[in-house]
Amino acid sequence: MATHSTTAPHEGHLATTTGLDHRKLLMWTFLASECLFFGSLIATFLLFKDASVSGPTPQEVLNIPVTSTSTFVLLTSSLSMVLALAAIQRGDIVSSRVWILATAVLGATFLGFQVFEFKEFVDEGLKPSTNVFGASFFTLTGFHGAHVTVGVIWLMSLFIYSFKSKDGIPASKSLDVELAGLYWHFVDIVWVVIFTVVYLISSLE
Amino acid sequence: MASAEGAIGAAGHASSESGVWSWITTVDHKRIGVLYGVSALLFFLLGGSEAFLIRMQLASADADLISSGVFSQLFTMHALTMVFLAIMPLGAAFFNFLIPLQIGARDVAFPRLNALSYWLFLFGAILLNSSFVFGGAPDAGWFAYANLTSTTYSPGDSMDFFTLGLLVLGVSSLAAALNFVVTILNMRAPGMTLMRMPVFTWMALVVSFLLTFAIPILTVGLVELLFWRFFDMPFFSAEFGGDPLLWQHIFWLFGHPEVYILILPAMGIISEILPTFSRKPLFGYTAVVFAGVSIGFLGFAVWAHHMFTVGLGPVAIAAFSASTLLIAVPTGIKVFNWIFTVWGGSVDLRTPMLFSLGFVSLFVIGGLSGIMHASPPIDRQQQDTYFIVAHLHYVLFGGSIMGLMAGIYFWFPKLTGRMMGEGLGVIHFWMMFIGMNVTFGPMHLVGILGMPRRIYTYSESSGWEFLNQLESMGAVILAVGMIIFAVNIFRSLRNGEVAGNDPWDARTLEWSISSPPPVYNFDAVPVVYSKDPFWDQKYPDLAHDKPPADAVAPVADDPASIHMPNPSYWPIVVAFGVTLMAGLVIVNPYLAFIGGAITMMGTYGWIFEPAGPEEHH
Repeated sequence: MATHSTTAPHEGHLATTTGLDHRKLLMWTFLASECLFFGSLIATFLLFKDASVSGPTPQEVLNIPVTSTSTFVLLTSSLSMVLALAAIQRGDIVSSRVWILATAVLGATFLGFQVFEFKEFVDEGLKPSTNVFGASFFTLTGFHGAHVTVGVIWLMSLFIYSFKSKDGIPASKSLDVELAGLYWHFVDIVWVVIFTVVYLISSLE
Repeated sequence: MASAEGAIGAAGHASSESGVWSWITTVDHKRIGVLYGVSALLFFLLGGSEAFLIRMQLASADADLISSGVFSQLFTMHALTMVFLAIMPLGAAFFNFLIPLQIGARDVAFPRLNALSYWLFLFGAILLNSSFVFGGAPDAGWFAYANLTSTTYSPGDSMDFFTLGLLVLGVSSLAAALNFVVTILNMRAPGMTLMRMPVFTWMALVVSFLLTFAIPILTVGLVELLFWRFFDMPFFSAEFGGDPLLWQHIFWLFGHPEVYILILPAMGIISEILPTFSRKPLFGYTAVVFAGVSIGFLGFAVWAHHMFTVGLGPVAIAAFSASTLLIAVPTGIKVFNWIFTVWGGSVDLRTPMLFSLGFVSLFVIGGLSGIMHASPPIDRQQQDTYFIVAHLHYVLFGGSIMGLMAGIYFWFPKLTGRMMGEGLGVIHFWMMFIGMNVTFGPMHLVGILGMPRRIYTYSESSGWEFLNQLESMGAVILAVGMIIFAVNIFRSLRNGEVAGNDPWDARTLEWSISSPPPVYNFDAVPVVYSKDPFWDQKYPDLAHDKPPADAVAPVADDPASIHMPNPSYWPIVVAFGVTLMAGLVIVNPYLAFIGGAITMMGTYGWIFEPAGPEEHH
């Protein structure tokens, strides 16, 4: 046998059965699981969006222009994530750091929008306990926000880690960033669904 | 077999590290399997004791051995313990021990994640059971239907222990499932295509995918329950537009796949045992595999048959009745394939074989009563009666537990290097087989006579007393059987006959290595050419798929050059942090940040810990 290593290899060293790195396969499977997690939360929201016996209703509180802006910010962060990974793979240390930081900052900006939005809603009389729309809305978007928060912490950890060596994160370790990227893009895609279902569809009529 | 003595000695040397610390920090899949197995058997004892108390209370009419409140705690905790703390982790014990051995790997894909799964399971189990000490255990049934779980009807902390304990156990199951998916898909020995995998490994893969997709659904339900109770978010409050039925949908959308999570490992186990003791290959390997996979898919399409009486409307009921009946097809395929495997074989009725045949016969009974209440009109009569209790125990006790027992007797020699006592084993089997039928068989009758589930007592005029006495006597037989089992384990560990590598003349790769296996499992990573690689290696004349003429035997690595992952204490730190976080929520949600901080610290310690010694080439 060519290799003696057993587990968690340095990527590229061990031939796996599928050819995919263990960690990448783990991430894809985890994201599949996350689909069911957000799917259940979205289903709860759809069940409850017009079921509240008292206001405020979605149509009264949702602010589509503001959330469109924050959606634009979050989707832009997917672009910077792609650029970060590309920079690492071609060994461009400076731009890899710039784009990782940019992704984290854009994510944090989105979170700022969310805090602002939650505060607005509470001011307008919609708390999580006010009605079933509030309960399902805050739970769904709150868990999405928690996922973005984890992503921002992950990206900032990668950013700081890249200064451990003056060579940044070497191309041979690009998988470390790629995994964060997979997670990040997934969280963005979930937001696209949430924005459509929770904001655009629910604000109709 | 000639080298049996030597093999034990060598393995003892290879895993020479001992002491509590080595077990706390272990990342070896075999040791984690042992931890899972021993813990699960202890919880099985606990859950069994709870059932025994239930049976003693119901042994006579108008009994007052146990109060109604305690009775509710007992049946709730009996179910939770058996499902989450006994059968699931026993399955996980087999997954851990066997999957790498069956696919020719030296460990799982993520050894530390594997350790984390175990510690989360143990701590979550302790958290759930600590409710007995802190003001009473959950008492709303394992299904925990809303309104029973509201702060009005469950005012204490008991349901919070349920919610948070299950959340922790869910993280444990999910981590284990992801790990096994990657291990099975990615770490197979050269030549082991998917359709050459042992059926047990196949069923482990299906179960892992079921967990991957079912656990997050339960998590959402538990989170909603938690928020409902803690923050008055009106998910299940009908008066605020909430919907108590939402909980039922979410719970059973998890809960029915869960049923297959409990039974498929046992099905995988007996699919290994029946061919071995019939001295024939498994009949219809491909059909058995695809039947298992389709059971997995269908498992997500039948949940509402638990809800036929809640008023879903005729269309939904008809659809779910049809999908439920459909499950009988792949299950029937499996049963017939097992029968045809045994048919015409030279059958050797050793203990594992007895338990496997017990599985098939009892599971068929449970399956048939299952088909009965797939029919909504019949289900209306049977809903919430002891008939359902009979059904579920025939599939979970007669099925899962019998299958897991078969697996214990079958692989005990591989795990320990010693055989389990055959004489005590046969007695154990018959005590269990008879005890199980005496306990659960009459429940069919008493259910049809109208005895509801979950009542703590009944009046003499009901006419149920004799059958209940019979059931309670069955429980005594089962208890004696379990004592015999325990005695057999301890005696076999000390004085069991030395097993050698391959005591059963078996078929799969784990039997090609010493018993117990060395830390690194395989000194030479095997190359696989067929479904029964070890059998075909032993009996090349009988092999269907022969290695090509130019095949080269794999070269053994020098054991000293095989690097196994280092032990790590970070898994137990993270598991402690997560469980502390969950437990502190009950005290005060703000305190939970302490647990969160420990989790965070543990995670960073984990990430920056060197995974193993650097390779030298």
